[in-house]
Amino acid sequence: MILILVGDNVNTNDYIVQVQDVYYRYDKENVLENINLSIHRGSFLAIVGPNGSGKSTLLKLILGLIKPQTGTIRLFGQDINKFREQHKIGFVSQKANSFNTGFPATVFEVVASGLTKKLGLFHILKKTDHVKIKQAIESVGMGNFLDRNIGELSGGQQQRVFIARALVSEPELLILDEPTVGVDVQNVNSFYEMLETLNKKQGITLLMVTHDIGTISEKVTNVACLNKNMYFHGSADEFEQLQLNDVSEIYGHDVQVLTHDHHEGGHHHD
Amino acid sequence: MISGLMQYEFLQNAFLTGMIIGVIAPLLGVFIVVRRLSLIADALSHITLAGIALSLLLEKKFLVLSGLNPLYMGMVFSVGGSLFIEKLRTVYKHYQELAIPIILSGGVGLGVIFISLADGFNTDLFSYLFGSVSAVSRADLWTILIISIFVITIVSFLYKELFLLSFDEEYAKATGIAAKSLHFIFIVMVALVIAASMRIVGILLVSSLMTLPVAASIRFANGFKQTIFFSILFGEISVLGGLFLSYYLNLAPGGTIVMIAIFILVLVIWLKKRSAKRAILKR
Repeated sequence: MILILVGDNVNTNDYIVQVQDVYYRYDKENVLENINLSIHRGSFLAIVGPNGSGKSTLLKLILGLIKPQTGTIRLFGQDINKFREQHKIGFVSQKANSFNTGFPATVFEVVASGLTKKLGLFHILKKTDHVKIKQAIESVGMGNFLDRNIGELSGGQQQRVFIARALVSEPELLILDEPTVGVDVQNVNSFYEMLETLNKKQGITLLMVTHDIGTISEKVTNVACLNKNMYFHGSADEFEQLQLNDVSEIYGHDVQVLTHDHHEGGHHHD
Repeated sequence: MISGLMQYEFLQNAFLTGMIIGVIAPLLGVFIVVRRLSLIADALSHITLAGIALSLLLEKKFLVLSGLNPLYMGMVFSVGGSLFIEKLRTVYKHYQELAIPIILSGGVGLGVIFISLADGFNTDLFSYLFGSVSAVSRADLWTILIISIFVITIVSFLYKELFLLSFDEEYAKATGIAAKSLHFIFIVMVALVIAASMRIVGILLVSSLMTLPVAASIRFANGFKQTIFFSILFGEISVLGGLFLSYYLNLAPGGTIVMIAIFILVLVIWLKKRSAKRAILKR
Protein backbone atom coordinates (compact mmCIF):
# COMPACT_ATOMS: atom_id res chain seq x y z
CA MET A 1 0.00 0.00 0.00
CA ILE A 2 1.39 3.34 -0.99
CA LEU A 3 0.31 6.52 0.62
CA ILE A 4 2.25 9.61 -0.19
CA LEU A 5 2.27 12.31 2.41
CA VAL A 6 2.62 15.88 1.36
CA GLY A 7 4.54 18.01 3.83
CA ASP A 8 6.17 16.73 6.97
CA ASN A 9 3.90 17.09 9.96
CA VAL A 10 0.54 16.33 8.53
CA ASN A 11 -2.31 15.95 10.93
CA THR A 12 -4.74 13.32 9.68
CA ASN A 13 -7.63 15.69 10.42
CA ASP A 14 -6.30 17.91 7.69
CA TYR A 15 -7.18 15.29 5.12
CA ILE A 16 -10.39 16.16 3.39
CA VAL A 17 -10.52 12.89 1.48
CA GLN A 18 -8.90 9.61 2.42
CA VAL A 19 -9.36 6.62 0.15
CA GLN A 20 -7.86 3.38 1.51
CA ASP A 21 -7.41 0.02 -0.24
CA VAL A 22 -10.45 0.56 -2.41
CA TYR A 23 -11.53 -1.99 -5.01
CA TYR A 24 -14.52 -1.42 -7.25
CA ARG A 25 -15.93 -4.11 -9.52
CA TYR A 26 -18.51 -3.72 -12.22
CA ASP A 27 -19.81 -6.77 -14.09
CA LYS A 28 -17.15 -9.03 -12.54
CA GLU A 29 -14.40 -6.79 -13.87
CA ASN A 30 -12.21 -4.66 -11.67
CA VAL A 31 -12.63 -1.02 -12.58
CA LEU A 32 -10.42 0.14 -9.75
CA GLU A 33 -7.80 -1.89 -7.89
CA ASN A 34 -6.08 -1.13 -4.64
CA ILE A 35 -6.68 2.61 -4.73
CA ASN A 36 -5.12 4.81 -2.09
CA LEU A 37 -5.55 8.52 -2.27
CA SER A 38 -5.43 11.34 0.21
CA ILE A 39 -6.28 14.94 -0.39
CA HIS A 40 -4.83 17.48 1.94
CA ARG A 41 -6.79 20.58 2.87
CA GLY A 42 -5.93 23.46 0.58
CA SER A 43 -4.38 21.38 -2.18
CA PHE A 44 -5.28 21.29 -5.86
CA LEU A 45 -5.18 17.69 -7.03
CA ALA A 46 -5.51 16.58 -10.62
CA ILE A 47 -6.38 12.97 -11.36
CA VAL A 48 -5.12 12.09 -14.82
CA GLY A 49 -5.45 8.93 -16.83
CA PRO A 50 -6.63 7.65 -20.19
CA ASN A 51 -10.26 7.08 -21.08
CA GLY A 52 -11.78 4.16 -19.22
CA SER A 53 -9.13 4.31 -16.51
CA GLY A 54 -11.74 4.61 -13.77
CA LYS A 55 -11.35 8.35 -13.11
CA SER A 56 -15.04 9.11 -13.13
CA THR A 57 -15.74 5.98 -11.09
CA LEU A 58 -13.34 7.20 -8.43
CA LEU A 59 -15.17 10.54 -8.33
CA LYS A 60 -18.50 8.77 -7.95
CA LEU A 61 -17.08 6.77 -5.06
CA ILE A 62 -15.87 9.93 -3.33
CA LEU A 63 -19.23 11.61 -3.93
CA GLY A 64 -20.94 8.58 -2.37
CA LEU A 65 -23.01 7.86 -5.48
CA ILE A 66 -21.63 4.30 -5.56
CA LYS A 67 -20.07 2.13 -2.87
CA PRO A 68 -16.77 0.22 -3.11
CA GLN A 69 -16.77 -3.57 -2.67
CA THR A 70 -13.78 -3.36 -0.35
CA GLY A 71 -11.83 -0.55 1.25
CA THR A 72 -12.83 2.57 3.12
CA ILE A 73 -13.40 6.18 2.19
CA ARG A 74 -13.30 8.96 4.72
CA LEU A 75 -14.51 12.50 4.07
CA PHE A 76 -13.46 15.27 6.46
CA GLY A 77 -12.22 12.55 8.80
CA GLN A 78 -15.56 10.78 8.89
CA ASP A 79 -16.51 7.45 7.36
CA ILE A 80 -18.43 8.13 4.15
CA ASN A 81 -21.41 6.06 5.32
CA LYS A 82 -21.83 8.34 8.32
CA PHE A 83 -21.00 11.56 6.46
CA ARG A 84 -23.98 13.92 6.40
CA GLU A 85 -22.42 17.26 5.49
CA GLN A 86 -22.79 16.99 1.73
CA HIS A 87 -22.94 20.77 1.44
CA LYS A 88 -19.22 20.86 2.19
CA ILE A 89 -18.65 19.26 -1.21
CA GLY A 90 -19.39 21.05 -4.47
CA PHE A 91 -19.59 19.08 -7.69
CA VAL A 92 -19.29 20.14 -11.31
CA SER A 93 -20.09 17.26 -13.60
CA GLN A 94 -18.83 16.58 -17.08
CA LYS A 95 -22.45 16.40 -18.17
CA ALA A 96 -22.81 20.10 -17.44
CA ASN A 97 -21.63 20.58 -20.99
CA SER A 98 -24.47 18.61 -22.47
CA PHE A 99 -27.46 20.05 -20.64
CA ASN A 100 -30.49 21.30 -22.55
CA THR A 101 -29.08 24.53 -23.97
CA GLY A 102 -32.53 25.85 -24.82
CA PHE A 103 -33.51 25.82 -21.16
CA PRO A 104 -34.98 29.20 -20.23
CA ALA A 105 -33.04 29.98 -17.07
CA THR A 106 -30.89 33.00 -16.22
CA VAL A 107 -27.39 32.70 -14.81
CA PHE A 108 -28.80 33.87 -11.48
CA GLU A 109 -31.49 31.17 -11.48
CA VAL A 110 -29.00 28.42 -12.35
CA VAL A 111 -26.60 29.45 -9.59
CA ALA A 112 -29.46 29.83 -7.12
CA SER A 113 -30.38 26.21 -7.75
CA GLY A 114 -27.09 25.30 -6.07
CA LEU A 115 -28.69 26.27 -2.77
CA THR A 116 -31.65 23.91 -3.18
CA LYS A 117 -30.42 21.19 -0.86
CA LYS A 118 -28.86 23.52 1.69
CA LEU A 119 -32.03 25.57 2.11
CA GLY A 120 -34.16 22.46 2.47
CA LEU A 121 -37.78 21.86 1.57
CA PHE A 122 -40.29 24.72 1.57
CA HIS A 123 -37.66 27.44 2.08
CA ILE A 124 -37.33 30.31 -0.33
CA LEU A 125 -34.31 32.53 -0.98
CA LYS A 126 -33.58 35.16 1.63
CA LYS A 127 -31.79 38.48 1.08
CA THR A 128 -28.54 37.02 2.37
CA ASP A 129 -28.87 34.20 -0.16
CA HIS A 130 -29.19 36.74 -2.97
CA VAL A 131 -25.92 38.30 -1.85
CA LYS A 132 -24.22 34.90 -1.73
CA ILE A 133 -25.44 34.01 -5.21
CA LYS A 134 -24.11 37.27 -6.65
CA GLN A 135 -20.77 36.78 -4.90
CA ALA A 136 -20.44 33.26 -6.30
CA ILE A 137 -21.18 34.55 -9.80
CA GLU A 138 -18.63 37.34 -9.42
CA SER A 139 -15.98 34.95 -8.12
CA VAL A 140 -16.03 33.10 -11.45
CA GLY A 141 -15.93 36.37 -13.38
CA MET A 142 -19.51 36.26 -14.66
CA GLY A 143 -20.85 39.29 -12.78
CA ASN A 144 -21.99 41.02 -15.96
CA PHE A 145 -24.17 38.11 -17.06
CA LEU A 146 -26.61 37.81 -14.12
CA ASP A 147 -29.79 38.05 -16.18
CA ARG A 148 -28.61 36.37 -19.34
CA ASN A 149 -30.13 33.05 -20.37
CA ILE A 150 -27.67 30.22 -19.81
CA GLY A 151 -28.14 28.98 -23.38
CA GLU A 152 -26.80 32.23 -24.85
CA LEU A 153 -23.39 31.79 -23.25
CA SER A 154 -20.30 30.08 -24.65
CA GLY A 155 -19.20 26.67 -23.39
CA GLY A 156 -16.50 28.17 -21.19
CA GLN A 157 -18.89 30.72 -19.70
CA GLN A 158 -21.47 28.03 -19.04
CA GLN A 159 -18.88 25.95 -17.23
CA ARG A 160 -18.00 28.98 -15.07
CA VAL A 161 -21.68 29.33 -14.18
CA PHE A 162 -21.79 25.68 -13.14
CA ILE A 163 -18.77 26.24 -10.93
CA ALA A 164 -20.55 29.20 -9.37
CA ARG A 165 -23.53 26.93 -8.74
CA ALA A 166 -21.22 24.53 -6.90
CA LEU A 167 -19.56 27.39 -4.99
CA VAL A 168 -22.74 29.04 -3.77
CA SER A 169 -23.25 26.51 -0.99
CA GLU A 170 -19.75 27.47 0.23
CA PRO A 171 -18.08 24.08 -0.16
CA GLU A 172 -14.66 23.32 1.30
CA LEU A 173 -13.97 20.79 -1.44
CA LEU A 174 -14.82 21.35 -5.08
CA ILE A 175 -14.87 18.30 -7.36
CA LEU A 176 -14.65 18.84 -11.10
CA ASP A 177 -15.08 16.10 -13.70
CA GLU A 178 -13.25 17.05 -16.93
CA PRO A 179 -14.23 20.72 -16.59
CA THR A 180 -12.50 21.88 -19.77
CA VAL A 181 -14.40 19.61 -22.14
CA GLY A 182 -16.35 21.94 -24.42
CA VAL A 183 -14.30 25.01 -23.47
CA ASP A 184 -12.53 26.72 -26.39
CA VAL A 185 -8.77 26.32 -26.41
CA GLN A 186 -8.06 30.03 -25.99
CA ASN A 187 -10.25 30.13 -22.87
CA VAL A 188 -8.81 27.06 -21.17
CA ASN A 189 -5.92 29.00 -19.72
CA SER A 190 -8.02 31.71 -18.11
CA PHE A 191 -10.30 28.95 -16.87
CA TYR A 192 -7.40 27.30 -15.03
CA GLU A 193 -6.31 30.68 -13.71
CA MET A 194 -9.76 31.11 -12.20
CA LEU A 195 -9.46 27.69 -10.54
CA GLU A 196 -6.05 28.68 -9.19
CA THR A 197 -7.54 31.82 -7.66
CA LEU A 198 -10.31 29.83 -6.01
CA ASN A 199 -7.70 27.50 -4.58
CA LYS A 200 -5.16 30.09 -3.41
CA LYS A 201 -7.29 33.11 -2.49
CA GLN A 202 -10.41 31.41 -1.17
CA GLY A 203 -8.69 28.33 0.18
CA ILE A 204 -11.02 25.89 -1.52
CA THR A 205 -9.59 22.41 -1.94
CA LEU A 206 -9.89 21.29 -5.54
CA LEU A 207 -10.10 17.81 -6.99
CA MET A 208 -10.16 17.69 -10.76
CA VAL A 209 -10.33 14.82 -13.18
CA THR A 210 -8.82 15.59 -16.55
CA HIS A 211 -7.02 14.02 -19.43
CA ASP A 212 -5.09 17.02 -20.60
CA ILE A 213 -1.83 16.43 -18.73
CA GLY A 214 0.03 19.12 -20.66
CA THR A 215 -1.32 22.25 -19.00
CA ILE A 216 -2.06 21.02 -15.53
CA SER A 217 1.30 20.40 -13.92
CA GLU A 218 2.02 24.12 -13.52
CA LYS A 219 -1.40 24.96 -12.11
CA VAL A 220 -2.02 22.15 -9.64
CA THR A 221 -0.20 21.24 -6.45
CA ASN A 222 -0.64 17.47 -6.65
CA VAL A 223 -1.14 14.87 -9.33
CA ALA A 224 -2.50 11.33 -9.25
CA CYS A 225 -2.12 9.03 -12.24
CA LEU A 226 -4.78 6.44 -12.57
CA ASN A 227 -5.25 3.50 -14.85
CA LYS A 228 -7.24 0.97 -12.86
CA ASN A 229 -4.38 1.10 -10.36
CA MET A 230 -2.90 4.23 -8.87
CA TYR A 231 0.44 4.56 -10.62
CA PHE A 232 1.59 7.77 -9.16
CA HIS A 233 0.39 10.02 -6.42
CA GLY A 234 2.53 12.94 -5.39
CA SER A 235 3.33 16.59 -5.78
CA ALA A 236 3.25 18.35 -9.13
CA ASP A 237 7.04 18.81 -9.03
CA GLU A 238 7.62 15.10 -8.62
CA PHE A 239 5.19 14.50 -11.44
CA GLU A 240 7.15 16.78 -13.77
CA GLN A 241 10.31 14.81 -13.16
CA LEU A 242 8.92 11.45 -14.08
CA GLN A 243 6.70 12.73 -16.81
CA LEU A 244 8.75 11.94 -19.90
CA ASN A 245 9.54 8.31 -19.29
CA ASP A 246 6.82 6.96 -17.16
CA VAL A 247 3.64 8.79 -17.94
CA SER A 248 3.72 7.75 -21.56
CA GLU A 249 3.94 4.20 -20.31
CA ILE A 250 0.93 4.58 -18.07
CA TYR A 251 -1.00 5.39 -21.17
CA GLY A 252 0.65 2.52 -22.98
CA HIS A 253 0.59 -1.19 -22.30
CA ASP A 254 3.72 -1.96 -20.36
CA VAL A 255 2.02 -1.81 -17.03
CA GLN A 256 4.12 -4.37 -15.18
CA VAL A 257 7.39 -2.55 -15.55
CA LEU A 258 5.88 0.62 -14.33
CA THR A 259 4.50 -0.87 -11.13
CA HIS A 260 8.00 -2.08 -10.48
CA ASP A 261 9.47 1.33 -11.09
CA HIS A 262 7.03 2.82 -8.73
CA HIS A 263 8.13 0.68 -5.78
CA GLU A 264 11.75 1.35 -6.47
CA GLY A 265 11.05 5.02 -6.89
CA GLY A 266 11.43 5.52 -3.16
CA HIS A 267 8.09 7.11 -2.36
CA HIS A 268 7.01 7.11 1.23
CA HIS A 269 5.28 3.96 2.29
CA ASP A 270 2.60 4.12 4.88
CA MET B 1 -72.06 38.77 -23.02
CA ILE B 2 -71.52 40.68 -19.78
CA SER B 3 -75.23 40.52 -19.11
CA GLY B 4 -75.14 36.84 -20.07
CA LEU B 5 -72.42 36.31 -17.49
CA MET B 6 -74.59 37.93 -14.82
CA GLN B 7 -77.61 35.95 -15.86
CA TYR B 8 -76.58 32.41 -16.67
CA GLU B 9 -74.89 30.15 -14.18
CA PHE B 10 -73.41 27.95 -16.90
CA LEU B 11 -71.59 30.92 -18.38
CA GLN B 12 -70.18 31.85 -14.99
CA ASN B 13 -69.04 28.26 -14.51
CA ALA B 14 -67.39 28.16 -17.90
CA PHE B 15 -65.55 31.45 -17.45
CA LEU B 16 -64.37 30.83 -13.91
CA THR B 17 -63.20 27.34 -14.84
CA GLY B 18 -61.48 28.75 -17.92
CA MET B 19 -59.65 31.36 -15.87
CA ILE B 20 -58.40 28.74 -13.43
CA ILE B 21 -57.26 26.37 -16.18
CA GLY B 22 -55.59 29.25 -17.98
CA VAL B 23 -53.28 29.47 -14.96
CA ILE B 24 -52.57 25.89 -13.94
CA ALA B 25 -52.24 24.25 -17.37
CA PRO B 26 -49.45 26.57 -18.62
CA LEU B 27 -47.85 26.57 -15.13
CA LEU B 28 -47.29 22.83 -15.26
CA GLY B 29 -46.76 23.08 -19.01
CA VAL B 30 -43.52 25.02 -18.51
CA PHE B 31 -42.04 22.14 -16.53
CA ILE B 32 -43.37 19.61 -19.04
CA VAL B 33 -41.90 21.40 -22.05
CA VAL B 34 -38.44 22.01 -20.59
CA ARG B 35 -38.24 18.38 -19.54
CA ARG B 36 -39.13 17.40 -23.10
CA LEU B 37 -42.24 15.56 -21.96
CA SER B 38 -44.70 17.46 -24.16
CA LEU B 39 -46.33 14.30 -25.44
CA ILE B 40 -47.10 12.97 -21.97
CA ALA B 41 -50.02 15.37 -21.77
CA ASP B 42 -51.45 13.81 -24.93
CA ALA B 43 -51.03 10.27 -23.64
CA LEU B 44 -52.73 11.16 -20.37
CA SER B 45 -55.63 12.93 -22.03
CA HIS B 46 -56.39 9.84 -24.09
CA ILE B 47 -56.33 7.58 -21.06
CA THR B 48 -58.68 10.08 -19.40
CA LEU B 49 -61.06 9.51 -22.32
CA ALA B 50 -61.15 5.80 -21.47
CA GLY B 51 -62.10 6.64 -17.88
CA ILE B 52 -64.88 8.96 -18.96
CA ALA B 53 -66.19 6.44 -21.49
CA LEU B 54 -66.24 3.75 -18.79
CA SER B 55 -68.12 6.04 -16.43
CA LEU B 56 -70.70 6.88 -19.12
CA LEU B 57 -71.01 3.19 -20.06
CA LEU B 58 -71.66 2.09 -16.50
CA GLU B 59 -74.23 4.84 -16.15
CA LYS B 60 -76.04 3.97 -19.36
CA LYS B 61 -75.99 0.16 -19.27
CA PHE B 62 -75.91 -0.74 -15.64
CA LEU B 63 -77.30 2.36 -14.03
CA VAL B 64 -74.45 2.27 -11.53
CA LEU B 65 -72.52 5.45 -10.86
CA SER B 66 -75.44 7.42 -12.19
CA GLY B 67 -75.17 10.95 -10.99
CA LEU B 68 -71.44 10.52 -10.39
CA ASN B 69 -69.43 13.05 -12.33
CA PRO B 70 -67.56 11.21 -15.15
CA LEU B 71 -64.70 13.59 -14.39
CA TYR B 72 -63.83 11.51 -11.31
CA MET B 73 -63.43 8.29 -13.26
CA GLY B 74 -61.43 10.24 -15.81
CA MET B 75 -59.10 11.42 -13.04
CA VAL B 76 -58.68 7.90 -11.68
CA PHE B 77 -57.66 6.69 -15.14
CA SER B 78 -55.41 9.68 -15.73
CA VAL B 79 -53.54 9.26 -12.44
CA GLY B 80 -53.36 5.48 -12.97
CA GLY B 81 -51.99 6.07 -16.47
CA SER B 82 -49.39 8.51 -15.18
CA LEU B 83 -48.11 5.96 -12.69
CA PHE B 84 -48.00 3.34 -15.45
CA ILE B 85 -45.95 5.72 -17.61
CA GLU B 86 -43.46 6.11 -14.79
CA LYS B 87 -43.24 2.34 -14.45
CA LEU B 88 -42.69 1.93 -18.21
CA ARG B 89 -40.03 4.62 -18.21
CA THR B 90 -38.00 2.63 -15.69
CA VAL B 91 -38.55 -0.62 -17.63
CA TYR B 92 -37.38 0.97 -20.91
CA LYS B 93 -34.54 3.05 -19.55
CA HIS B 94 -33.06 3.71 -22.96
CA TYR B 95 -36.34 4.22 -24.79
CA GLN B 96 -38.23 6.36 -22.32
CA GLU B 97 -40.47 7.94 -24.96
CA LEU B 98 -41.90 4.47 -25.73
CA ALA B 99 -44.11 4.83 -22.66
CA ILE B 100 -46.09 7.57 -24.39
CA PRO B 101 -47.42 5.70 -27.48
CA ILE B 102 -48.12 2.67 -25.29
CA ILE B 103 -50.33 4.65 -22.93
CA LEU B 104 -51.83 6.75 -25.72
CA SER B 105 -52.92 3.80 -27.86
CA GLY B 106 -54.01 1.88 -24.77
CA GLY B 107 -56.21 4.80 -23.76
CA VAL B 108 -57.82 5.14 -27.18
CA GLY B 109 -58.26 1.36 -27.47
CA LEU B 110 -59.99 1.08 -24.11
CA GLY B 111 -62.08 4.16 -24.80
CA VAL B 112 -63.30 2.85 -28.14
CA ILE B 113 -64.21 -0.52 -26.62
CA PHE B 114 -66.25 1.14 -23.88
CA ILE B 115 -67.97 3.38 -26.44
CA SER B 116 -68.90 0.44 -28.68
CA LEU B 117 -70.14 -1.56 -25.68
CA ALA B 118 -72.46 1.30 -24.93
CA ASP B 119 -73.69 1.36 -28.55
CA GLY B 120 -72.49 4.91 -28.83
CA PHE B 121 -73.22 7.87 -26.63
CA ASN B 122 -75.18 11.03 -27.09
CA THR B 123 -73.71 14.49 -27.45
CA ASP B 124 -72.33 14.20 -23.94
CA LEU B 125 -69.24 12.39 -25.19
CA PHE B 126 -68.84 14.88 -27.99
CA SER B 127 -68.57 17.68 -25.43
CA TYR B 128 -65.80 15.77 -23.65
CA LEU B 129 -63.89 15.35 -26.88
CA PHE B 130 -63.98 18.95 -28.03
CA GLY B 131 -64.93 20.92 -24.95
CA SER B 132 -68.09 22.83 -24.26
CA VAL B 133 -69.17 26.08 -22.68
CA SER B 134 -72.49 24.77 -21.55
CA ALA B 135 -71.31 21.48 -20.09
CA VAL B 136 -69.44 22.88 -17.08
CA SER B 137 -71.46 22.34 -13.92
CA ARG B 138 -71.03 24.01 -10.55
CA ALA B 139 -69.70 20.69 -9.23
CA ASP B 140 -67.06 20.68 -12.00
CA LEU B 141 -66.07 24.19 -11.00
CA TRP B 142 -65.56 23.19 -7.37
CA THR B 143 -63.52 20.12 -8.31
CA ILE B 144 -61.30 22.17 -10.59
CA LEU B 145 -60.89 24.87 -7.95
CA ILE B 146 -59.71 22.30 -5.39
CA ILE B 147 -57.28 20.77 -7.89
CA SER B 148 -55.86 24.19 -8.72
CA ILE B 149 -55.32 25.09 -5.07
CA PHE B 150 -53.53 21.76 -4.61
CA VAL B 151 -51.35 22.27 -7.69
CA ILE B 152 -50.43 25.90 -7.00
CA THR B 153 -49.57 25.13 -3.38
CA ILE B 154 -47.33 22.20 -4.32
CA VAL B 155 -45.57 24.08 -7.12
CA SER B 156 -44.84 27.09 -4.95
CA PHE B 157 -43.57 24.97 -2.06
CA LEU B 158 -41.45 22.69 -4.23
CA TYR B 159 -40.48 25.32 -6.81
CA LYS B 160 -36.72 25.16 -6.40
CA GLU B 161 -36.68 21.37 -6.28
CA LEU B 162 -38.84 21.10 -9.40
CA PHE B 163 -36.65 23.67 -11.14
CA LEU B 164 -33.45 21.79 -10.34
CA LEU B 165 -34.94 18.45 -11.34
CA SER B 166 -36.04 19.90 -14.68
CA PHE B 167 -32.80 21.71 -15.36
CA ASP B 168 -30.27 19.08 -14.38
CA GLU B 169 -31.58 15.75 -13.15
CA GLU B 170 -28.14 14.25 -12.57
CA TYR B 171 -26.99 17.17 -10.44
CA ALA B 172 -30.28 17.09 -8.52
CA LYS B 173 -29.66 13.45 -7.68
CA ALA B 174 -26.01 14.09 -6.81
CA THR B 175 -27.01 16.74 -4.29
CA GLY B 176 -29.39 14.30 -2.65
CA ILE B 177 -32.79 15.51 -3.86
CA ALA B 178 -35.52 12.88 -3.72
CA ALA B 179 -35.87 12.86 -7.50
CA LYS B 180 -38.15 9.84 -7.67
CA SER B 181 -40.81 11.04 -5.25
CA LEU B 182 -40.64 14.52 -6.72
CA HIS B 183 -41.24 13.15 -10.19
CA PHE B 184 -44.12 11.08 -8.87
CA ILE B 185 -45.79 14.12 -7.30
CA PHE B 186 -45.28 16.06 -10.51
CA ILE B 187 -46.82 13.49 -12.83
CA VAL B 188 -49.85 13.08 -10.56
CA MET B 189 -50.37 16.84 -10.69
CA VAL B 190 -50.20 16.74 -14.48
CA ALA B 191 -52.77 13.94 -14.57
CA LEU B 192 -55.16 15.91 -12.36
CA VAL B 193 -54.82 19.12 -14.37
CA ILE B 194 -55.46 17.27 -17.62
CA ALA B 195 -58.62 15.73 -16.27
CA ALA B 196 -59.68 19.14 -14.97
CA SER B 197 -58.99 21.05 -18.19
CA MET B 198 -60.79 18.71 -20.52
CA ARG B 199 -64.27 20.02 -19.66
CA ILE B 200 -63.51 23.28 -21.43
CA VAL B 201 -60.89 22.47 -24.03
CA GLY B 202 -61.81 18.86 -24.64
CA ILE B 203 -59.65 15.77 -24.43
CA LEU B 204 -58.23 16.05 -27.90
CA LEU B 205 -56.92 19.55 -27.34
CA VAL B 206 -56.01 19.59 -23.67
CA SER B 207 -52.29 19.16 -24.22
CA SER B 208 -52.21 22.24 -26.41
CA LEU B 209 -53.06 24.45 -23.44
CA MET B 210 -50.01 23.05 -21.65
CA THR B 211 -47.60 23.44 -24.54
CA LEU B 212 -48.61 26.27 -26.93
CA PRO B 213 -48.39 29.19 -24.46
CA VAL B 214 -45.04 27.83 -23.27
CA ALA B 215 -43.79 27.42 -26.83
CA ALA B 216 -44.57 31.11 -27.42
CA SER B 217 -43.04 32.52 -24.22
CA ILE B 218 -39.89 30.38 -24.43
CA ARG B 219 -39.01 32.24 -27.64
CA PHE B 220 -38.28 35.51 -25.90
CA ALA B 221 -38.56 35.20 -22.12
CA ASN B 222 -35.50 35.80 -20.00
CA GLY B 223 -35.24 33.16 -17.34
CA PHE B 224 -37.55 30.58 -15.90
CA LYS B 225 -39.84 32.78 -13.81
CA GLN B 226 -40.46 35.06 -16.78
CA THR B 227 -41.26 32.04 -18.93
CA ILE B 228 -43.86 30.96 -16.38
CA PHE B 229 -45.33 34.47 -16.22
CA PHE B 230 -45.75 34.85 -19.99
CA SER B 231 -47.01 31.29 -20.40
CA ILE B 232 -49.80 31.98 -17.92
CA LEU B 233 -50.54 35.33 -19.58
CA PHE B 234 -50.82 33.72 -23.02
CA GLY B 235 -52.84 30.85 -21.54
CA GLU B 236 -55.33 33.32 -20.04
CA ILE B 237 -55.64 35.32 -23.26
CA SER B 238 -56.29 32.14 -25.24
CA VAL B 239 -58.87 30.73 -22.85
CA LEU B 240 -60.85 33.93 -22.25
CA GLY B 241 -60.64 35.07 -25.88
CA GLY B 242 -61.61 31.61 -27.06
CA LEU B 243 -64.62 31.44 -24.76
CA PHE B 244 -65.82 34.86 -25.89
CA LEU B 245 -65.53 34.04 -29.57
CA SER B 246 -67.06 30.60 -29.25
CA TYR B 247 -70.03 32.03 -27.33
CA TYR B 248 -70.73 34.71 -29.94
CA LEU B 249 -69.97 32.71 -33.05
CA ASN B 250 -71.33 29.45 -31.67
CA LEU B 251 -68.05 27.57 -32.16
CA ALA B 252 -66.52 24.71 -30.20
CA PRO B 253 -64.55 26.45 -27.43
CA GLY B 254 -61.68 23.96 -27.53
CA GLY B 255 -60.90 24.70 -31.16
CA THR B 256 -61.24 28.46 -30.72
CA ILE B 257 -58.92 28.47 -27.68
CA VAL B 258 -56.29 26.44 -29.49
CA MET B 259 -56.41 28.62 -32.59
CA ILE B 260 -55.90 31.77 -30.51
CA ALA B 261 -52.94 30.12 -28.80
CA ILE B 262 -51.48 29.24 -32.18
CA PHE B 263 -52.08 32.79 -33.41
CA ILE B 264 -50.12 34.14 -30.40
CA LEU B 265 -47.33 31.65 -31.10
CA VAL B 266 -47.01 32.65 -34.74
CA LEU B 267 -47.14 36.34 -33.82
CA VAL B 268 -44.33 35.89 -31.27
CA ILE B 269 -42.15 34.00 -33.74
CA TRP B 270 -42.71 36.70 -36.35
CA LEU B 271 -41.98 39.59 -33.95
CA LYS B 272 -38.87 37.86 -32.69
CA LYS B 273 -37.58 37.38 -36.23
CA ARG B 274 -38.28 40.99 -37.09
CA SER B 275 -36.49 42.33 -34.02
CA ALA B 276 -33.52 40.04 -34.73
CA LYS B 277 -33.31 41.43 -38.28
CA ARG B 278 -33.44 44.99 -36.97
CA ALA B 279 -30.68 44.27 -34.48
CA ILE B 280 -28.49 43.06 -37.32
CA LEU B 281 -29.33 46.14 -39.45
CA LYS B 282 -28.46 48.47 -36.58
CA ARG B 283 -24.96 47.06 -36.42
